[in-house]
Amino acid sequence: MEIQSKVKFEEELDKDFLNEIKELSFSEEISRCIQCGTCSSSCPLVTYMDYPPRKIIAMIKHGFKDEVLKSFTPWLCASCYSCQVRCPSNIKITDIMYTLKREAIKKNIYPSKFPIPALAQEMHKLIAKNGRNSELWVVLNMYLRLKNPFGPLKMTSTGINLMKTGRLSLKKEKIKNRKQLRSLLKAVTEEAK
Amino acid sequence: MKEYIYYPGCSLKAGSKHYEESLLPVFKELGMELEELEDWNCCGATAYFSVEDTMAAAICGRNLSLAEKIAKNIIAPCAGCYLTMKKSNQFLTSGHEKAEKILEGLKKVNCEYKGTVKVIHPLEFLTKEFGLDKIKENVKRKLTGLKVASYYGCQLVRPYTDFDDADYPVAMDNLIRAIGAEPVDYSAKTRCCGGSLAGTLEDIGVNLNYVLLKEAKRKGADVIVTICPLCQFNLEITQDKIVKKYKEDVKMPILYFTQLMGLALGISKDDLGFSRSIIPLKAMWEKIGNGGANE
Repeated sequence: MEIQSKVKFEEELDKDFLNEIKELSFSEEISRCIQCGTCSSSCPLVTYMDYPPRKIIAMIKHGFKDEVLKSFTPWLCASCYSCQVRCPSNIKITDIMYTLKREAIKKNIYPSKFPIPALAQEMHKLIAKNGRNSELWVVLNMYLRLKNPFGPLKMTSTGINLMKTGRLSLKKEKIKNRKQLRSLLKAVTEEAK
Repeated sequence: MKEYIYYPGCSLKAGSKHYEESLLPVFKELGMELEELEDWNCCGATAYFSVEDTMAAAICGRNLSLAEKIAKNIIAPCAGCYLTMKKSNQFLTSGHEKAEKILEGLKKVNCEYKGTVKVIHPLEFLTKEFGLDKIKENVKRKLTGLKVASYYGCQLVRPYTDFDDADYPVAMDNLIRAIGAEPVDYSAKTRCCGGSLAGTLEDIGVNLNYVLLKEAKRKGADVIVTICPLCQFNLEITQDKIVKKYKEDVKMPILYFTQLMGLALGISKDDLGFSRSIIPLKAMWEKIGNGGANE
């Protein structure tokens, strides 16, 4: 095991991180966090997180960029917005979690063996291509991406139940005007530059 | 110009067919034929915004633009689509520099969006615009004695809407009362089911849905009704695993609110997608009769 310092000195922190996140999530309010912990106590997934939401906000404020972007917390956010609607300082916590996910992907430092970012990216890919989501294919592609060919076996009983009730579709759904969708994605990417 | 156009979303065409199968007959019975938006695309759900945000708002913009050409309102029954489209709609009309650029991009591909469309949920429409009194007038068969936990989940009431309370909404409870059933005081009504995490991370799915089912059982509910495809799915597929892990009988049917509404409006149970329930419905039918037409 490599010995690492457990304390970060001020010089090692990323002072621009707070402003970056503010800008990317349209959330000036982060500075107003009073560390009350309403977000953490409202979060149904908090027990699984490496850093609770309250701590994530504190770490953003103080520039712990690397720790925040590598954290599992944003990926465990199920986007239920419970924290966001309860925050007394009106901080858009869920939207900030989305920003952290996007930044972690952009910098390629997200937990790559974790299913959730794999699921998000596979779904994103399929929608961009076909214009529609196809549940079964997204899940299969996710396990392929994770190099876990036996993963789908865990879902056998669910699959059988869905099949019995006519709810499992093998079809890849597609919109008709995929050309327009492709041009749109290209156009907005160019506009955004 | 139409008042309403129907945006089903991907789930209602796949794993949640019974939502559409009950929604359309209910609207028809109330005198409204819902017409589907031509060549709609996926809203992107939580996944698209987790990877990229410009394109995520743009694909919703395409739907809004398609709808704007023919209607004033989009009816979106999936709570995920509802939130994502409302969020994107607010952003695209915010005047923000980034939003303006997306609108420019939309214009380039013949998808100009002026910002006139309103995204509404069928529950919002039925309880607010159509009205409970008119629903009551159309009830042919009260679901007397059925105890119902109204589960709203998280996406319908947060945070881009003001249609009901974000923590303790009551619209569906009022609707349940209007069709003669009895809403229980379901304190977990907006607690998250885990969304897309529940299917892939089994431990999370089992734990979160155990809380939801146990609370409904504790309050004496016979069934849970929901408005969201993913909630319906998670609450159903986790039940066997929950029973195995916690050795508690928390099993109960998970239905769409439109399925119960359809029964009350006198639509035959065979036309409301009940056969797609993974959980047996025997106890429910014993309680409210066999679900045939008018009694």
